[in-house]
Amino acid sequence: MSARIEWRVATLAEFRNETATARTLLLDVPGWPGHLAGQHVDVRLTDADGYSTQRSYSLGAPADGERVELTVQKVPGGEVSEYLTDVYSIGDPIELRGPVGGWFVWHPSRTAPVLLVAGGSGIVPLMAMVRARRQARSRAPFRLIYSVRSPADQYFSSELRRSAVDDSGLDVTTVYTRSAPPGATREPGRIGGADLERYGWPPQFEPTCFVCGPTGFVEKVANTLVGLGHDPRRIRTERFGPTGG
Amino acid sequence: MPPGQYLTEDFPVLSAGPTPNIPLDRWEFVIASEDGREYRWTWDELLELPAEEPTVDIHCVTKWSKLETTWRGVSLDVLMEDVETTADFALAHSYGGYTTNLPLEDLLDGKAWIVYEFEGSELAPQHGGPARLLVPHLYFWKSAKWVRGIQLQEFDELGFWESVGYHDYGDPWREQRYQGD
Repeated sequence: MSARIEWRVATLAEFRNETATARTLLLDVPGWPGHLAGQHVDVRLTDADGYSTQRSYSLGAPADGERVELTVQKVPGGEVSEYLTDVYSIGDPIELRGPVGGWFVWHPSRTAPVLLVAGGSGIVPLMAMVRARRQARSRAPFRLIYSVRSPADQYFSSELRRSAVDDSGLDVTTVYTRSAPPGATREPGRIGGADLERYGWPPQFEPTCFVCGPTGFVEKVANTLVGLGHDPRRIRTERFGPTGG
Repeated sequence: MPPGQYLTEDFPVLSAGPTPNIPLDRWEFVIASEDGREYRWTWDELLELPAEEPTVDIHCVTKWSKLETTWRGVSLDVLMEDVETTADFALAHSYGGYTTNLPLEDLLDGKAWIVYEFEGSELAPQHGGPARLLVPHLYFWKSAKWVRGIQLQEFDELGFWESVGYHDYGDPWREQRYQGD
């Protein structure tokens, strides 16, 4: 029997607004044991009356000592996400438990090609993999396809633009579903087989595919990858339900 | 509500990989006993068995709970009726390769079903159709989607999520989410 994963107190050290409705939280967590790219944590909020509630959030970066990074998308009416994006301030405590999940993870020792396909806020655990690759100076061939509604909805935009220069062997393609920036060559529209063929890897390269986003997106992308000839056993998925919070 | 859960009206999806496509004419469900005997049902044979319509609350380890969900399917008590076993453990396995482990007693005495309808409609593939295990008193990952069979055995063998950090038993009322809880 493994040791219990304990609740720890985390305090907000810094934050960055990614979009109008998403905020990255940099948390100091004394005693943090480290984690793998793709893992998540449970967050627990407790109010003055003792009412408490929990949600899960993906870690957006490899561990930096005792500092961890989460990006929270505000969900309308979501009691936890509204607090974390609007109210939670520098120095405030929350409770955090993790890391959790040993399936949707990428190990820097792996050298096989990787295809990352993100829908909306599903970029967060995949960004952790991109950053873990950079931190480890890995040259594993990576391709990231990031589907967002419009340029204003993009997380990590300046870092991903820089990636083209800094991350040798990483290709980043952004697919816009509603409105593309001026000069874009692809018409806005949902991601399809042509995108996965053009910007992904051929199945013969046997890439490990990580797909993360809302249920409908993951369902479509995973099924399309299978249809293109990718082995279902090499496709790992993580879904964000329509609720959350 | 079990501790740490919140209510949802939706039916979110949790799975580790692509949704398998399972033609009904090739579908079968197999219970294999610890001495190697196999008990098989085709899709048509499953539908001919006496069905029940349980209304149950379900609790996902990712924190959502959904109350009073209605299902239609066959009780494991019916499927186990002629199975001779002294095994204490069961490993459910699914089309697509997923597995999950449970004590056999958690599948018996009206606690578990093989279900093929949800809220009056056939069970959608992303929710485990054509048929899934339903064991509502444990966290919902134990209710294996796309179920294909149950291996009875004398020892406890960890399933898919259980071997990557999730709890061996998974009782939501004791908040047994992860190994060590």
